[in-house]
Amino acid sequence: MRLSEADSARLAGALPQAPTYLQDGTTVLSWLNTRDHKRVGVMFLASVIFFFFIGGIFALALRMKLLQPGPYLIDAVSYNRLFTLHGVVMIFLFLIPSIPSAFGNFVLPLMIGARDVAFPRLNLASFYLYLAGAAITIWGMLQGGADTGWTFYTPYSSTTPTQVLPILLGVFVVGFSSILTGLNFIVTVHTLRAPGMTWMRIPLFVWGIYATSIIQILATPVLGITVLIVAVERFAGFGMFDPARGGDPVLFQHMFWFYSHPAVYIMILPAMGVISETVSAFSRKNTFGYKAIAMSSLGIAFVGFFTWGHHMFVAGQSTFNAGAFGILSMFVGVFTAIKVFNWVGTMYRGAIAFKTPFAYICGFLYFIVFGGMTGVALATTSLDIHWHDTYFVVAHFHFIMVGASVMGFLAALHYWFPKMFGKTYPEGWGLVAASLIILGFNATFIPQFLLGNYGMPRRYYQYPEHFQALHVASTAGGTLLGFGFLIILIYLTIALIWGQRSESNPWGSKGFEWLSASPPPTHNFDELPTITQMPHDYRTHEPPGVLHVA
Amino acid sequence: MNELLRRLLFLPDQASTFARDIDQLHYFVIVTTFVMSTAVGLTTLFFFVRYRRRSETQTTPHIEPTWWMELGFIGTPLFFFMLWFFLGFREFVRQQTPPSDAIDVYVMAKKWMWKFAYPDGPNAINVLRVPAGRNVRLLMTSRDVIHSFYVPEFRIKQDVLPGRYTQTWFNAVQPGRYQILCAEYCGAGHSIMRGEVIALKPQEFEDWLSQQRRGLVARQDSSPTGLDFAPALGNLVDQGRRIAAEQGCLKCHTTDGTRHIGPTWLDLYHRREKLQDGSIIDADEAYLTESMMEPTAKIVAGFQPVMPSFQGKIAGPEVAALVEYIKSLQSDVVRTGPSEGPAYAPIRGR
Repeated sequence: MRLSEADSARLAGALPQAPTYLQDGTTVLSWLNTRDHKRVGVMFLASVIFFFFIGGIFALALRMKLLQPGPYLIDAVSYNRLFTLHGVVMIFLFLIPSIPSAFGNFVLPLMIGARDVAFPRLNLASFYLYLAGAAITIWGMLQGGADTGWTFYTPYSSTTPTQVLPILLGVFVVGFSSILTGLNFIVTVHTLRAPGMTWMRIPLFVWGIYATSIIQILATPVLGITVLIVAVERFAGFGMFDPARGGDPVLFQHMFWFYSHPAVYIMILPAMGVISETVSAFSRKNTFGYKAIAMSSLGIAFVGFFTWGHHMFVAGQSTFNAGAFGILSMFVGVFTAIKVFNWVGTMYRGAIAFKTPFAYICGFLYFIVFGGMTGVALATTSLDIHWHDTYFVVAHFHFIMVGASVMGFLAALHYWFPKMFGKTYPEGWGLVAASLIILGFNATFIPQFLLGNYGMPRRYYQYPEHFQALHVASTAGGTLLGFGFLIILIYLTIALIWGQRSESNPWGSKGFEWLSASPPPTHNFDELPTITQMPHDYRTHEPPGVLHVA
Repeated sequence: MNELLRRLLFLPDQASTFARDIDQLHYFVIVTTFVMSTAVGLTTLFFFVRYRRRSETQTTPHIEPTWWMELGFIGTPLFFFMLWFFLGFREFVRQQTPPSDAIDVYVMAKKWMWKFAYPDGPNAINVLRVPAGRNVRLLMTSRDVIHSFYVPEFRIKQDVLPGRYTQTWFNAVQPGRYQILCAEYCGAGHSIMRGEVIALKPQEFEDWLSQQRRGLVARQDSSPTGLDFAPALGNLVDQGRRIAAEQGCLKCHTTDGTRHIGPTWLDLYHRREKLQDGSIIDADEAYLTESMMEPTAKIVAGFQPVMPSFQGKIAGPEVAALVEYIKSLQSDVVRTGPSEGPAYAPIRGR
């Protein structure tokens, strides 16, 4: 890449140090009209955190209702709308864009030594598409919202009189944001790597995002097509899924899960990437089995496309299909296990510092092992018959999507907070919140595993009375969990405004994103780094300050 | 051991022939999960204590896994997962294959009720009577959206789809009553779409069946053969009461004045209802009929537009019977207000 005139001048010492990306224009317009991947990342971060809290409030409202087996607080239809919106907001507006669009945007170009993503304008467009989709979804919510569940199963979704159309349209538009971001990252990784960064020197977070991006651009269009057909079926009476008009409702489930199962890996692969980075940084140790972890990300992305039928063991597909999808699903478990063993191996003979992100790593490891293995248990065909559509499934996917993914998100937030804003957060409060969250999370979802065993179906407004004790336990845990997130919001906001100035590389990390100053200048590097080694090589000590790896 | 683990894991009673086999695999799977996650947890804990950071300038050696380690990392989970799969799939195939000597029961699901029909003629709503110790196959279909037939004690579940038949089977090991739950989300009444399986001793089941058959034959005998015979169906109010139960109206509408998913039917006839758009209408026959055929046209304020249309599902005489039944539901409140138009004495009580 050719240096700009200003950069050359700065290198020659003719100009003062470049301002950080935060100082380079402070008007609102300079943010809204930015092409800087870091600013787009920060705007995504603020938006996804906002939607995380909206979705969290919905979840707490649901848990409050479930304190009582009979009608309580809200009526059945409001309950159904609430769980639908909880699912839609958490999945499409929080989890899918959370790590890739927020942290991916911020650190991916830094990690591969690029000055920006390949298509900065498209990157900004992706953010505005996300906002547009979110706005349509919110408008739909204000119109009353849908009551179909986030899965939009036909023919219920094609016949219910609630406001399904705006929600479908919102999901459709947000999908495009996801596709554009994925496309951008793939091109960036292929074309903008710094000199010397071979494929086997790419940081593992980038491998995770790369695998995610492949899923995003291959699977999301199928979701777009599917929701569009449902929309057309609703307003034009097109008979594709509704049997009353000659359609096939199971076809919808095949098409929906063809996207939505890989979408689970869109949510978890980036979190796995974060853990690969942080476990090395805090154990101060090279990644154990770098190739195995990198390849298993691609393996999950690939096999993830052929496992969707495990959502449909009792939906009326053939026994042969159930067997084929069951056995393929096992491989996802194997790839995940490879990662887990290698992460634990990374700690071997390391120098472990128990900081807040490390607490989240421990939480992540526990949630991914327990959540992952219950997932494999669910893919065991005969066991799934009893568990399907019960709270066992709810508990399992919350272990993966909240347990593991949100632990990854929080680990990233704390690990990169000094990188992004150049501020330090209070370590003590960080550990308090982390223990509250991990404890509260277990208290919320372990009772739900037991409820599932007991035979409690999901999406139940009223329930038989013998389930009440476990529901009360789960709500108590949920409150604790809510508290934990609130504490984080408070201390990070305070740290952001009044926090102490942090050093350029406070963790002494040898991840490549620390090659730039913290916070980085607008164009990241005065001079592009030349990579001569693997990331996270701790055979030598790294003095504080901007990392050098030449 | 079986009983201890079953209680620890909150599993319901094992009331069908395959419940116990499924639970055995369940225990094996849960125990391996616990052992694995404990092993990972303890190793992490050990590494964390043993290799904690001792100085800020500490460096570490570069360590790569050997090929046999990676092979172990792949082989161990692969072995266990495949074992789970094969044990599970054997059982799954058994569950998917109804034995040829099973007795058949037809199941029709709709918002939000279960209808059971026996090939011999009798049928029942929300209560499935079966003989204990015999194989029973259920042939299921839905009238509207997808439902799912779930009996936790039997460890069976099968989605019930509109426009096609799905099947499942079970063998209840001993007489008893077991709850049927709908496990596929189907709208406002999803959580109250419950029924009951009553497993009877084989002799009791035969007795019940023949009783039902006799009743059916008797009813056929008394059915009108000419116009001068009075229909044996009872008056319109009685017919309406039965239709309301059969069509599931009473899942959402109460007849005693309490508020539920839909407006109560008590005193509904000629009630002045405030609609969502603020206008006020008179709940006359036309409005009641319109509300059955096009429920979302006029929504009463404070209620949600969730009622499905009954267009093409109930015939003219049935609509009439329902309207008559609603008219009959009057409390003894003195009504005030203007005259209610043309004199028409609603039928009170039976």
